Amino acid sequence: MATMADFRYDKATWCPGCGDFSVLAALQQVCVKIGLEPEDVCCVSGIGCSGKISQHFGSYGFHSLHGRSLPTAQGIKMANQDLTVIAAGGDGDGYGIGVGHFIHACRRNVDITYIVMDNHIYGLTTGQSSPTSKKGFKTKTSPKGVAEEPIKPLELAIVSGASFVAQAFSGDLKQLQRLIEEGIRHKGFSLINVFSPCVTFNRVNTYEWFKENIVNFDEQEGYDPTNKAQALAKIAETESVCTGILYREDRPAFHEVVLGATEQGTVKVPLEIPNDEMQSLIDQFRR
Amino acid sequence: MKYEVTYMTNEFTWKVGGAQGEGIDSTGEILATVLTRMGYYIFAYRHFMSLVKGGHTNYKIRASTTDPVYYHGDDLDMLVAFDQTTISENEDELIEGGIILHDAKFQAQTNRQGLQVCSVPLLDMAKELGNPIIKNMVAAGASAYVLDIDPSNFYEQIEQQFAKKGQELIDLNKTAFNKGYDYIKENYPDVRKPAPQATRPGSGYLLMNGNEAIGLGAVLNGCRILAAYPITPATEILYWVLANLPKYGGKVLQAEDEIAACIMAIGANYAGVRSMTSTSGPGLSLMMEALGMSGISETPLVIVDVMRGGPSTGLPTKTEQSDVNEALYGSHGETPRIVITPTSIPDCFYQIGRAFNLAEEFQVPVIVCTDLLIGMNKMSFQDLDLSTVDITRKNLVSQEQLDALEKGAFKRYSLDTESGISVRSIPGQKNGRYCALTNEHEETGLEIEDVPMRNAQMEKRFRKLNAMEQHINDWGYEYKGSETPDVLIVGMGSTQAQICEAIKQMDGQSVGHLQYRCLMPFPKDTQKYFQAAKKIYVVDNNFTGQLTGLISRELGFHDKLTPLLKYDGNPFTIREILAAVKG
Ligand SMILES: Cc1ncc(C[n+]2csc(CCOP(=O)(O)OP(=O)(O)O)c2C)c(N)n1
Ligand code: SF4
Repeated sequence: MATMADFRYDKATWCPGCGDFSVLAALQQVCVKIGLEPEDVCCVSGIGCSGKISQHFGSYGFHSLHGRSLPTAQGIKMANQDLTVIAAGGDGDGYGIGVGHFIHACRRNVDITYIVMDNHIYGLTTGQSSPTSKKGFKTKTSPKGVAEEPIKPLELAIVSGASFVAQAFSGDLKQLQRLIEEGIRHKGFSLINVFSPCVTFNRVNTYEWFKENIVNFDEQEGYDPTNKAQALAKIAETESVCTGILYREDRPAFHEVVLGATEQGTVKVPLEIPNDEMQSLIDQFRR
Repeated sequence: MKYEVTYMTNEFTWKVGGAQGEGIDSTGEILATVLTRMGYYIFAYRHFMSLVKGGHTNYKIRASTTDPVYYHGDDLDMLVAFDQTTISENEDELIEGGIILHDAKFQAQTNRQGLQVCSVPLLDMAKELGNPIIKNMVAAGASAYVLDIDPSNFYEQIEQQFAKKGQELIDLNKTAFNKGYDYIKENYPDVRKPAPQATRPGSGYLLMNGNEAIGLGAVLNGCRILAAYPITPATEILYWVLANLPKYGGKVLQAEDEIAACIMAIGANYAGVRSMTSTSGPGLSLMMEALGMSGISETPLVIVDVMRGGPSTGLPTKTEQSDVNEALYGSHGETPRIVITPTSIPDCFYQIGRAFNLAEEFQVPVIVCTDLLIGMNKMSFQDLDLSTVDITRKNLVSQEQLDALEKGAFKRYSLDTESGISVRSIPGQKNGRYCALTNEHEETGLEIEDVPMRNAQMEKRFRKLNAMEQHINDWGYEYKGSETPDVLIVGMGSTQAQICEAIKQMDGQSVGHLQYRCLMPFPKDTQKYFQAAKKIYVVDNNFTGQLTGLISRELGFHDKLTPLLKYDGNPFTIREILAAVKG
């Protein structure tokens, strides 16, 4: 059985108090709890402060390009569906430069868990507005306040076909762990958008701000995450400042329905094709 | 001045043209298949436009009874025209006394003297049979009479082609064929250009284009994941692999764009599956950042780029060799890579296999640049050599090696390597953990910025290809001719065919032909040919002389190189090369 130590690698370099520490810790705890071995997990991240998570998570990892954690993770999952694949990154990474991939990963329902550390700001590049920055939010690139409507990742995921959509908060480690665990156990694409405060560049959406404003749907009686219409309505009611499992459905994962689906990972299929079959592939062209 | 190109008596050329959507391709395909069956070596060339209906499209076949044909030829013996545009656009290609066979629905106009022109009611006869589309079979029949090809060859083809669709359709097609055949026989009995007799009937040649050769070669050499985004002229790779890979447990994915396609292929390679992406220029541009990702993370990657006319959307249905600079130098920063330009359709099969082995051995991106000329056009040939199929998975660390290490001691980017290559673990292997990284990193995959480590990792990555320079002379180029030629003609990739043919016309001169198949690493051994030659011509199917530039950067000889440039979207003709070389 793997221990917490097995899932740690070197010291993370985030600013003290950064919400991303909790996400890394929660992920490590969940992996230990559900009995995963580090070699059977792969953590793929994009570029940003949040992207550093793959370097410090003790499983296999790929610290890819800005906005490209999802294509990398999908390639890995296509190659080996037996791995537990986690994709992770920031809100700029996932909903700005990478938003195209996000929508398509949702509709494919690839069995990966996508954790977005959403701090409503660009951290690594020191404080520009992000696609989830609230309208009017002042940053280095929006001195008079953001003029655009924010991206609504939860709704976007649901209408794009994600089969598990949850939102968590770095300030509530217990719930964060539970949601990550549910996400990993879920078969299909799971989005876990985590409010993960940037203590250095976002002085508005702070731990206190989230604590005051979050509505926790997991504690609301009568909230039914399998009811899509209700989910969309309730999320909108809170202007997306809510946590819990917001939507889930059972749908075959991509590796089960893709043409050429195999019981085991593609990495285990034999590469050599017997001579007579090679010959018959060539014979397709014989006239 | 018009340079004479003499063709052998053992060959002939035929072309059919009309509007797009009129069944031009299917007409050409019928004849291509029949001729291949009869034992002709053929090259079939499609001229088409980036629209679905209308415009002008044509299909040309050059057939030989003796030798494989790698190029469709400068000249034309016989033209079948479904419309006047076909005549206007192609009459210059006809030889003296060449034949035009046109649909009687229009009055043919031609500026050429001395042609034999036959008017045949192709469409009307098809309509009489209740199906206008079947005019392609009428045209095939008419062509068969002129070329003196025995109808039984066509009957056999019709029976096979329509076997699943029932006797009625078979009969209809045979009737259509006979109508065309008989019409010419009755009305133009003397318009004949008998095809030289094929000597190897039933020899079962392969009929294949370069895209199919790439797909086949990839699957046989262990590619198990293809992620791609549709684009002319590369889409057929996606089609072929999709039709054939799933039964071997492989996966094919139409990605949302080429960025995703390329990065999925990197992810899959990282996870241990031989994977590739296929595209053309616009897609290759989108892959540039990913190319660096493969390079610095030392993850194998195979990209196939079927070059078309650029820049930007450019000439999507025309050929060019203009992505070479991008393949060689594209992507920010500095990335070691291998760039291969297959020289023919069968060579596409051999080089894609090599690409997979090299990508894994050196843990670098390998870009295979073919082009529309060999990608989308077909040739018939004897066979492919299956003994070249060789899946050698080098530089993977074994589980035993990992078990022998202390816990957590595996160094993926170990500097303790003379060759620069460090062994790779695959997710799932115990004690092989590492983080593949696009940041500069130390040996286990933590990002760093310290100077000695940065320098050491950079040098490590670039050291890897040194080892290749030893064997690159075996396959990276081909040289034919005098070791000390007066005239040296140099090309890369698909221009091999036309250069060879041009040289055949230069009897009595001291000529050398150097054809590059690998551009990076550059086969420096070729320097000796440049040294010896008095005059050097570089055949460069682009505007800026990309091969010429590469040679002068790698070898010098700036003042000796005369580039032959062509950028109108069409492949070089033999005459163009001769005109330049003979001055
Ligand atoms: C193609 C590209 N464009 C821009 C950048 C610069 N860049 C790095 S991280 C980043 C944004 C980071 O914000 P976010 O994704 O929200 O992550 P955070 O740092 O807040 O965790 C940007 C713009 C880059 N690395 N690559
Ligand atoms: S800048 Fe913000 S997001 Fe980045 S490490 Fe510091 S607190 Fe975290």
